[in-house]
Amino acid sequence: MLETAGAWLSPDEWTAVRLSLLVATTAMLASLPFGLAVAFLLARGKFWGRSLLDAAVHLPLILPPVVTGYLLLIWFGRRGPVGQLLYDHFGIVLSFRWTGAALASAVMGFPLMVRAMRLSIEAVDRKLEDAAGTLGANPVWVFAVVTLPLCLPGILAGMILSFAKAMGEFGATITFVSNIPGETQTLPSAIYTFTQVPGGDAGAMRLTLISIAISVAALFASEVMARLVARRIAAA
Amino acid sequence: MSPVLDIAVRHRLGSFQLNAELRSDGRLTALFGASGSGKTSLVNVIGGLVRPQAGHVRLDGEALVDTERGIFLPKHRRRIGYVFQEARLFPHLSVRQNLLFGHWFSKASDSNGVELSAVLELLGIGHLLARRPGALSGGEKQRVAIGRALLANPRLLLMDEPLSSLDEARKTEILPFIERLRDESRIPIVYVSHSITEVARLATTVALMDGGTVKNCGPTSEILSRLDLAALPGAPESSSLIEAEVVSFDREFGLTRLETRAGPLLVGRGDFEPGRKLRIRILASDVLVSIGPLSGISALNQLQGKVTEIGAIPESGTSAVDLRIDCGGEMLTARLTRKSVAALGLAVGSPVHAVVKSVSVETP
Repeated sequence: MLETAGAWLSPDEWTAVRLSLLVATTAMLASLPFGLAVAFLLARGKFWGRSLLDAAVHLPLILPPVVTGYLLLIWFGRRGPVGQLLYDHFGIVLSFRWTGAALASAVMGFPLMVRAMRLSIEAVDRKLEDAAGTLGANPVWVFAVVTLPLCLPGILAGMILSFAKAMGEFGATITFVSNIPGETQTLPSAIYTFTQVPGGDAGAMRLTLISIAISVAALFASEVMARLVARRIAAA
Repeated sequence: MSPVLDIAVRHRLGSFQLNAELRSDGRLTALFGASGSGKTSLVNVIGGLVRPQAGHVRLDGEALVDTERGIFLPKHRRRIGYVFQEARLFPHLSVRQNLLFGHWFSKASDSNGVELSAVLELLGIGHLLARRPGALSGGEKQRVAIGRALLANPRLLLMDEPLSSLDEARKTEILPFIERLRDESRIPIVYVSHSITEVARLATTVALMDGGTVKNCGPTSEILSRLDLAALPGAPESSSLIEAEVVSFDREFGLTRLETRAGPLLVGRGDFEPGRKLRIRILASDVLVSIGPLSGISALNQLQGKVTEIGAIPESGTSAVDLRIDCGGEMLTARLTRKSVAALGLAVGSPVHAVVKSVSVETP
């Protein structure tokens, strides 16, 4: 029973695990700057259409994932308006590629990321920023040395949530980029495939255990980081 | 020469209207008034936290704000230190990093600024450097906040009720540091307060604020004894500030003899060196008036003088009225009932004896 992990999983299963980690990490990092910017706009901005932006950000949370995936297919497919543009100008292809899986995961995790970051930005005491200003720090420095460090716990939480969502994303991914082993077959898709073939129960169970392990590890890592940061930002 | 501080601003915030004019050369200018009188709004305008709708703010002749000329210097370029009511230390930085925060940004502009070691010594916070703000007491936080503002090498220091969130013991701990700051640094201070004891002890100039305007501004002793100002809501109880010099100490009775222009005074505190200059305050309600010298009375201090002014009687008809008595050049304010004024037949020019029931020493 206790064989090494390498022998425990088949090469195909390993590929799915590696691909899932790559897709989730890419999705998390690529959506980070956008998530932070939108969180700031929603937390601090006063502009027309703010509630519209808020609603748009939350759409992936309430739409059926298949609908989100289909919309992505229409816009970001090779013949879609955005997909065509990306291919013509940058040579980027998203449909039926792992990059498309990352895009689908990023979109699905975006509301969670923005929500966590926005709450922590709103919790930052603006008076501290004023104080930093009177001490000679211009707005860019105030953001870098006061605002950002103070909302770091929320930023970390948002990143972890986005990563965890990407690890589990299924509906939008399979609709947008299908289920191609080695290219777009992430852990959930692989588990789903196992359940569709006779004798696939053992493989499905192995990948399920891996899934649980990765999720728990991510949660644990975020707890540890949050505690470290909280200790640094002990209440004044 | 232009005054250090020259302000004339108008700003509307909801239903509150700030319409303040102020010129001051004082080393420590106190903005004094009830809460809601606009003190903090005015300080925020000086510090650049609020952009006034109209008017100007000039510091040493340089315009920080001038709406007519379209000038508005942002707060990070004003070099005005601001000590807030709640210290506002950065919780994620150590005391040392907090102190050096502004120092770091001002370094490039000016190299002969305030040194860290000098500030640590002045404020007595050297032992706190490695700590986090969360581990400091209220008084320590406020001293670090003062140090942080000083190290930013400011041209002007704003202090918005820096003592109001502290208990009496902590206030007593910090007041001497602010006095040293006033006397030893070259940085003018604008100090917001609604405490008459703080103002009497610290201020060289007082600006009395009410309803968003500066009602009056002048030297502390003059403002605190003005009769017409005493009738304003939020105004201090009338009192007299007198400069005094310690003459001797009577060991048998534990009394210190002071010499003032108004005459000799005895106070019940003995920890002063002869020759030391003090500032004392006498509340108007602690002064009795008699037309002849009194004997057989427990009060020790009697000063001779002449009535120079009898305060207006408020329309609401309170029974009290304030008198100003010229005692050898020092102005003493006494609060009497209208009935007493009538019974004694007091008028401007009447010679009187002022019996002082108690004297408080403002500068120990």
